[in-house]
Amino acid sequence: MKNRRLLLEHVDVPGIDGIDVYVKQGGYASLEKALKKMSPEDVVEEVKKSGLRGRGGAGFPTGMKWSFLAKPEGVPRYLVCNADESEPGTFKDRYLMEKIPHLLIEGMILSSFALGANQSYIYIRGEFMYVLNILEKAIAEAYAKGYLGKNILGSGYDLDLVVTPGGGAYICGEETALLESLEGKRGNPRIKPPFPAVKGLWGCPTVVNNVESIAAVVPIVRDGGDAYAAIGIGRSTGTKLISACGNLARPGVYEIDLGLSVEEFIYGDDYCRGIANGKQLKACVPGGSSVPILPHFLVTKTATGEDRLMTYESLAEGGFASGSMLGSGGFIVFDEDQCIVRNTWNFARFYAHESCGQCSPCREGTGWMEKVLSRIEHGQGHMHDIDLLADINKKIEGNTICPLGDAAAWPVAAAIHHFREEFEWHIKHPSEAQTRNYGLIQQPVVA
Amino acid sequence: MMVKVTIDGIEVEVEPGTSILNAARKIGGDAVPPAMCYYSKLPGTGGKCRTCLVEVAAGSAADPRPMPKLVASCSTPVQDGMVVNNKTSERVHNNRGGVVEFLLANHPLDCPICDQAGECHLQDLGYEHGSAKTRYEEERRTFDPIDIGNKIKLHMNRCILCYRCVFVANQLTENRVHGVLHRGEHAEISTFIEQAVENDFSGNMIDVCPVGALTDRTFRFKSRVWFLKPMEAERSCTKCCGKAVVWMFGNDIYRVTARKDKYGEVEDIDGKTAWLCNDCRFEHKSANDWNIAGPRVINRHSVISQGKYATSMEKPVKRIG
Amino acid sequence: MSHTSQPVFDPNEVVVFSDSVIQQMNEVVKKFPQDKEKSALIRILHIAQAEYGWLSVLVMNKIAEFLKIQSIEVYEVATFYTMFHLQPVGKHVLEVCRTGPCMLVGSDQLIEHMENKLNIKVGETTSDGMFTLKTAECLGGCGYGPLLQCRNKYHEHLSIEKVDALIEQYRNGEIQ
Repeated sequence: MKNRRLLLEHVDVPGIDGIDVYVKQGGYASLEKALKKMSPEDVVEEVKKSGLRGRGGAGFPTGMKWSFLAKPEGVPRYLVCNADESEPGTFKDRYLMEKIPHLLIEGMILSSFALGANQSYIYIRGEFMYVLNILEKAIAEAYAKGYLGKNILGSGYDLDLVVTPGGGAYICGEETALLESLEGKRGNPRIKPPFPAVKGLWGCPTVVNNVESIAAVVPIVRDGGDAYAAIGIGRSTGTKLISACGNLARPGVYEIDLGLSVEEFIYGDDYCRGIANGKQLKACVPGGSSVPILPHFLVTKTATGEDRLMTYESLAEGGFASGSMLGSGGFIVFDEDQCIVRNTWNFARFYAHESCGQCSPCREGTGWMEKVLSRIEHGQGHMHDIDLLADINKKIEGNTICPLGDAAAWPVAAAIHHFREEFEWHIKHPSEAQTRNYGLIQQPVVA
Repeated sequence: MMVKVTIDGIEVEVEPGTSILNAARKIGGDAVPPAMCYYSKLPGTGGKCRTCLVEVAAGSAADPRPMPKLVASCSTPVQDGMVVNNKTSERVHNNRGGVVEFLLANHPLDCPICDQAGECHLQDLGYEHGSAKTRYEEERRTFDPIDIGNKIKLHMNRCILCYRCVFVANQLTENRVHGVLHRGEHAEISTFIEQAVENDFSGNMIDVCPVGALTDRTFRFKSRVWFLKPMEAERSCTKCCGKAVVWMFGNDIYRVTARKDKYGEVEDIDGKTAWLCNDCRFEHKSANDWNIAGPRVINRHSVISQGKYATSMEKPVKRIG
Repeated sequence: MSHTSQPVFDPNEVVVFSDSVIQQMNEVVKKFPQDKEKSALIRILHIAQAEYGWLSVLVMNKIAEFLKIQSIEVYEVATFYTMFHLQPVGKHVLEVCRTGPCMLVGSDQLIEHMENKLNIKVGETTSDGMFTLKTAECLGGCGYGPLLQCRNKYHEHLSIEKVDALIEQYRNGEIQ
């Protein structure tokens, strides 16, 4: 299947959430291969060769992240899986864990082996308690088969794997906030340096990787890093889970080859099959709520008229002026009837709600933006509010402890940049804006 | 091996691992960024308020690239050959102004009735970096002031969430009963359920608070600080060093605080931070209780250091509450 | 005056953890290295909430005692995370996702409908104690919205009709 290549290849096989079916479909073969024929360094090498980039949103090369892990003698090292999937628009990890939990577990064992960790954790958002139950059942099966515990497959390698839940906090997707939470504390991001690779969980060297990144290690070990790198374009290698939502004819989780055109992804029969109810595309947030929004004329084409592709590079083409980001792969589509002001306020409310409150620009700035946007949306805005928002943005961006500040600032900045007319219309027509939508914006005519 | 760092064009040598802020403090003067949450005597503090943001124009001699973002000088270690701009950077000035605006957004600006006025770091910061007019048109968040025990008043409205008082409770006392609750703009310092913060060293929370969020109930509304004469004083105490500053009007002691340096931090005396016990702070308000050595010079750029003490006043201001 | 929910502290409340709760708590603690028991806190709060429906001050104090930490450390955590109810709630807590992607497919209308249907505002509990209506930020089901969560269950692809039926099923005990 075109949209189910590596990770989701067997996702529709009945019973694939159980270990027997998973093994029957070739599961745990990568683990056998690694433990019997490879050294930990070999596994790291394959991941480096694969060009795999962090699938949580930042896109940092996984192999390089692994190579930063400090390895002092006599100090335990930890691998922590970030399953705190909370970025609006993103629901791929949940899908993967729910449907094919052993893929994550096999990936965890492989990655822990590569890093020399003997105790690893999956930190899952608390709302996914039912997924936690699925994972715990799968982990128990893996212990029973000897894939976890002491002397795995007779290799002499020991690993214990624990799943632990959060309690409802987007910020715990930030890796140091996640570690704080895993230690049973408030999810306040830590001041860096030190980075987790040096001082992470309980002060020990730690790698934190996203669910999808860890799952991708399974096909990388099975087929080799080169085979994985052969998929995709340039530095965007392999496949990527895209969770598509909003006003699409067929929303859902798709595994795409990086390099697929955005046009094909939105309109293609194998993917989202166009905008729902025969409407027109108004805008798209291609990588989770924190990445810049694109108006319809910049979604499938870049500002220079090139085809826009589903890659880290192509989606970013044009920078903040006319581009966005692949981010976490949370692909949110807006039809012609959607109000950009309301959506911007909605996202601002989300970030204000999720700010941990530790540092002042984020604590005060996100709340301030939310209130100003709420006024504009509810017919009490002033023209000077638009520039005020743009300025608050600049004072938050880059000045906070963790990336939540940027994540809160970018969507507002981009919405004002591309849809300024719509904000102005809202302010000038406060009562009309309550009952009808501004409509599509026009592509600026370039002289 | 010492490392060399240049801040606002002035070179200084410091131990490896020193923060940019402490390197700047070694230079002194305008090179020193303001710090609202960092407190050198309380390990773990810093990084939160973002007022100490500086520009790193060159990361190190080995890698002279500039750092893309401004960094918190209190929690960024220097590298050999690092070049830092503080006062000399327009970008720092603008962004610091932004941080001050954020800190003041929900601040009540009730200085006329706040006991901290005159020695408030936020006042100083607002004076230096704030704008005369606020752009914040929204309703300010409010909390009711509460007593946390019979000696300390908590005005959460004024709090900037520096967390210093939490570190005091963690590091100087056995049982912490207050902390930061809730999150985001609803985060607050609280005991959650009504209870007193009572232990021998709880009064130090007042001394470390950069604003008027935690104030001394035994001094409440008794006088503006600038009408009082700070005097170095000492008494023999079994719980603490007994070295304090007593704030006097005539022969009366109005309040007792720890001895603080020019950054508002409790001084080290004989190699130890001279934290004060509650007995010295709250229970000894008679001049007979203390050996008074002489006037204490308050070396800070706030209103109390401008020589406007109560020399010409006949009476302290009348108690209004 | 805080905008957040106030603690419920009844000094006369008697909190005795059942054997099953204690056993579950012990099992969680075992998952972490010695001296790192605090890591069990969040999961233990979930366990206690599953048992009592919400978390009173005395329940939290008891958890602090069990983990040998200060009570304030429990309060700090319980008030940080949005899943913990610090005040009594109805038998079924319906938490409707209100974030962007769900809004695009009608969560605003759904929430308004539920307020009318249950005759309560968001944050309130029906007079019969059956339902508490809450909103939640992104629940991670963006492609299947609008949706709501009730305890460990996700109810997705909701419509006005489906949510009406769902409420009846909960009311009649057809869903536990």
